[in-house]
Amino acid sequence: MDYSQFGAMLPELIILGLFFIVFLVDTFTKDGEKKFLTPVTAILFALSTIAIWIIPASDQAIFGGMYVDTAACKVMKAILNIGVFIVFLQSAEWVRTDEIAIRKGEFYELILVTLFGMYLMISARHFLLFIIGLEAASLPLAALVAFNKKHYDSHEAAIKYILTAVFSSAILLMGISFVYAFSGGSLYFEDIRNAISVGAHSGLLICALAFVIAGIGFKLSLVPFHLWTADVYQGAPTAITSYLSVISKGSAAFAFFVIFVQVFGTLYSGLWEWMMYAVIIATITVGNLFAIRQKNMKRFMAFSSISQAGYIMLGVMTESAMGLGSMMFYIFVYIVSNLAAFGVISAVENKTGKLSMDDYDGFHKTNPRLSFAMTLAMFSLAGIPPFAGFFSKILIFTSVTAVDSMALYMLVLIALINTIISLYYYLLVVKAIWLKPGDAKIERFESDKCDRVAMCLCVSGIVFLGLVPYIYDYCIEVAPTAIATITTLL
Amino acid sequence: MDLTMLWYLVPSIIMFAAGVYGFCTRKNMIALLLSLELMLNAADLNFVVFNRFLFPDMFEGMVFTLFAIAIAAAETAIAIAIIINIYREVGNTDINSVKQMKF
Repeated sequence: MDYSQFGAMLPELIILGLFFIVFLVDTFTKDGEKKFLTPVTAILFALSTIAIWIIPASDQAIFGGMYVDTAACKVMKAILNIGVFIVFLQSAEWVRTDEIAIRKGEFYELILVTLFGMYLMISARHFLLFIIGLEAASLPLAALVAFNKKHYDSHEAAIKYILTAVFSSAILLMGISFVYAFSGGSLYFEDIRNAISVGAHSGLLICALAFVIAGIGFKLSLVPFHLWTADVYQGAPTAITSYLSVISKGSAAFAFFVIFVQVFGTLYSGLWEWMMYAVIIATITVGNLFAIRQKNMKRFMAFSSISQAGYIMLGVMTESAMGLGSMMFYIFVYIVSNLAAFGVISAVENKTGKLSMDDYDGFHKTNPRLSFAMTLAMFSLAGIPPFAGFFSKILIFTSVTAVDSMALYMLVLIALINTIISLYYYLLVVKAIWLKPGDAKIERFESDKCDRVAMCLCVSGIVFLGLVPYIYDYCIEVAPTAIATITTLL
Repeated sequence: MDLTMLWYLVPSIIMFAAGVYGFCTRKNMIALLLSLELMLNAADLNFVVFNRFLFPDMFEGMVFTLFAIAIAAAETAIAIAIIINIYREVGNTDINSVKQMKF
């Protein structure tokens, strides 16, 4: 075996090396010296993020095409890395609390392992590697959701998460086993595509398609597979909720695109397009309508993230490189906007323990800067110009309408109407912060330094991502490499 | 009597359906976990059967099954750990006792 192949897996090796460093530092330092763990992890992770941005992709397919290292995969990994870095900064205060401090090494290790799984998912071009990545990404997350050992909510969220996650992976495995029957004995995406394009439409493959949509839909919390989302987001520690809502969703969306375009794209596109059509409309609408009646901020963000997942999935409908590029840009913007909102929520929760939307009444009187960040985040999520969310929405709608199809025009119209509905509930938060009369319910507090850095990153992302066309151009430019045939890389 | 592929596929589908039914109806968390295990094993059985009957000179299905079994074991371990935590918290493993968060 040629071990030099592993050189193409550089991003994974970097994360794995980081994991071992954190693990060793955590194991061999005394409890009193653990305060170095957070800065060490954050600095090393920042360096790895820069490394992954800078190192050019090797444009190779290794292990016979199981794993590809292309520019699009690398950019997606780098985007996720930025999100994880912000999550690390935002959780710095939470991991210092007495209850968590002794276990903070485990927090970083588990996050790094799930990130490793997501990397595999993004680069996998074989169902075995994809399943391993998916499980490596979702199983440690169950342990992370249960991280607040002394809180009942955390346990309830964890049991709901693990049971639905295993249920969905069982359905996904069943779907893949049906695909396998038609694949000619191979589980490579490309071989399956070539094998099923020969045969006629078969009931078993349609069934398999529905199972695969259901299985991955669970991970992305698409309606009607979304019921776990709100409970898990509410019960999990806030740092984990923000991680779940952006990073795991972004990676799953990318993998979803690759599977659908590469495996089922040729013959079955007419079929899964209609399944996805129904799922996307339901996701955007149900997410929006349920978000209106939420009073708990974390539940509110959960339903908001469900409807955002619907917008992300619009990119899949295009089946084009432009769609993938807009999807990656949308995920990037969604990561910074959502993390800005979660940064404010977690800062308020850490300092005062308050989570209800009513508690935010008159927030601007005591904490003007956090109010400002929260307002920008809500404007960006709702898609108000000139913030990044507006540009990401415009680009994804443009890429969908570029495909000349009446059905897709209607889909964009429904999505647009839903944008107006979403404006209502995002502005409810802004209204509570700036316009509600009466005294502020949250007293003035100084937020943590790491939190401030994270907030600056998020706010600058919200303001500049849309105004700097270079980033979107770059996403579009690299996108074709993700769906190129593997034989050209081998 | 010939043992064709159907003799293996029908039990696998029955196992899967029983797992889904059990997951929807059982109240004990351990029983839920057993149902999930049935579903996972049905998928594994499918892989092995397809490999043995359709592609007898290849191994991909068998290898996939080995990995799927390992993953299923990991899933069970984490789920059991969480169930033990819940047992400490509420004193039983009834799924109806964890319904504080709703809607």
